[in-house]
Amino acid sequence: MQQTDRCFRFACLACAALAGWLMLGVFVQLGAHSAAAWQRFGLGFLCSAEWDPAQGIFGAAPAIVGTLLTTLLALLFAIPLSFVAALFVTEAPDCLARPLSQAIDLLAAIPSVIYGMWGLFVLAPIMQDHVQPLLAAIPGSTRLLGEDDNGFGFLTAGLILSLMILPYMSAVMRDVFRMTPPMLREAAYGAGCTRWEATKDVVMRYGIRGILGGIFIGMGRALGETMAVLFVIGNMMQLPEGLFSGGTTIAATLANNFAESQGLEQSALFALGLILLLMSFGIQVAAQYYLHLTGAKRGEAR
Amino acid sequence: MTSIANTQRRPLFFRRLGDRILAAFSYLSILIAVGGMGWILYTVLLNGAQALTPDILSSASKPYGEPGGGIANALLGTLLITAGATLLAVPPALAAGIYLAEYGKGNRAADLLRFCANVLMGLPSIIVGLFVYVLIVVPTGNFSGFAGTVALAIIMFPVIMRTTEDMMAMVPDTLRESALALGMTRMRTTLCIIARAAKNGLATGVLLSLARVSGETAPLLFTALFADTWPSGFFTEPTANIPVLITEYTTNSPFESMHALGWGAALVISVTILCINIATRCIFHEQKH
Repeated sequence: MQQTDRCFRFACLACAALAGWLMLGVFVQLGAHSAAAWQRFGLGFLCSAEWDPAQGIFGAAPAIVGTLLTTLLALLFAIPLSFVAALFVTEAPDCLARPLSQAIDLLAAIPSVIYGMWGLFVLAPIMQDHVQPLLAAIPGSTRLLGEDDNGFGFLTAGLILSLMILPYMSAVMRDVFRMTPPMLREAAYGAGCTRWEATKDVVMRYGIRGILGGIFIGMGRALGETMAVLFVIGNMMQLPEGLFSGGTTIAATLANNFAESQGLEQSALFALGLILLLMSFGIQVAAQYYLHLTGAKRGEAR
Repeated sequence: MTSIANTQRRPLFFRRLGDRILAAFSYLSILIAVGGMGWILYTVLLNGAQALTPDILSSASKPYGEPGGGIANALLGTLLITAGATLLAVPPALAAGIYLAEYGKGNRAADLLRFCANVLMGLPSIIVGLFVYVLIVVPTGNFSGFAGTVALAIIMFPVIMRTTEDMMAMVPDTLRESALALGMTRMRTTLCIIARAAKNGLATGVLLSLARVSGETAPLLFTALFADTWPSGFFTEPTANIPVLITEYTTNSPFESMHALGWGAALVISVTILCINIATRCIFHEQKH
């Protein structure tokens, strides 16, 4: 009896250890396969903007800057939206809150390739016909926006990404808001606060770590998202000239070039993958840290 | 405290105005979230319904540029790949979840593994694609449906592991204690009592992770790739699948008919995923009450 018990425990541990092995394996493999690129270009790989497979010169700067820019744009739109959406869902009466939060959760279930398709066939034409002429008409905006007007580019990608990460962030924030003791909130109302003041001064301060955790979760999603960005980013290996200009992200570069690449180019692509891995690992650790402090559950798999 | 004292000196009008603005903004944000979902689904339904004919659902896709063709081979390929991933991921993931829930309280190693699983859940899926390319495609020398299966299984694993842990931790300790007091071993207690009590939760976790990976595209780009044939060599040849078909037909093709096929495929995959999601939520919700 004791024997089978011990075997069972050991078998379960072995399976759980798979998580650790996978984590380790990803780092080791990407590190090993990108070694050639690091040896050839050194740390200059990070800041060189040239990508020329014909001459064997590779630089990661356009992809890194593009990734950061799309993530930043997505967060800029998604943070306020998910914050007030979560607030609305926690405060609304139950008959309204439940279907709404279910609907927002379903937004997370739509595959990213569908977002990409929608972006390509619906959002990009709208951006081209209506949004870009409107924004370009503002005097002096061309320095920020760039000259292109084909509907693709960073702004479109950022908009789609923000819609994609909204449900994840909103789910975490919803949990955090629900964990605020009702007594605190009632005390604030009792002191004569309006709803916004109670939120700003009590709920937000109580749950700031959870909110940060939610933001990091959304950031991790936006950083590594491939398909939704691939369809609308324009896929050009160049530094962004403006919000309307085409560019690329790390994930989009990998998706476009990896299957046909070989030799040094493949190694450079592995190096890009390693950079993305390190960035999202850092963000995940931060997210785990803040969420662990609050004891909130992650906004996934619900 | 200072901020509350400050606000009281502001006129009530402005405080009420701020409150109204926030209310309006929260309606707007809900409208964007729900409206965005509605818009996407509406587009997929509209374009997909026009494209979807019985003919498309029963014939295989044709090479680039040839008119006609369908999505049946990709459907079968996706079915094979996801079914394989489920078979591969579920048993070890359940065992791993059991370890975390039953043996992992206040245990350093378990904490570390839980952390790893959490981080793995948030890793970009394209990184998993790269990893499996190195792990399977390079040694075997060819892209294959099996490599896609492994990639999806790696994505499913941490998700099922963590939901299993959460679900088993929800079973009250009194049940464990009673079973052990009857003289059952830990193994029988876990498998016959705890796992049974958490049965619905475990099924929910598996189904939701299945729904999540069946639309994953990025990890299949370098593993399963795409093919215009019926999936004949699952372990040796590139295998057709729906997500990569959608990508190929919409980004790399100027032909309207291929776009239509893409929409049809998008409709099939979205409806399937949403049905799994809604059904699991409904079933689990009923069981809770």
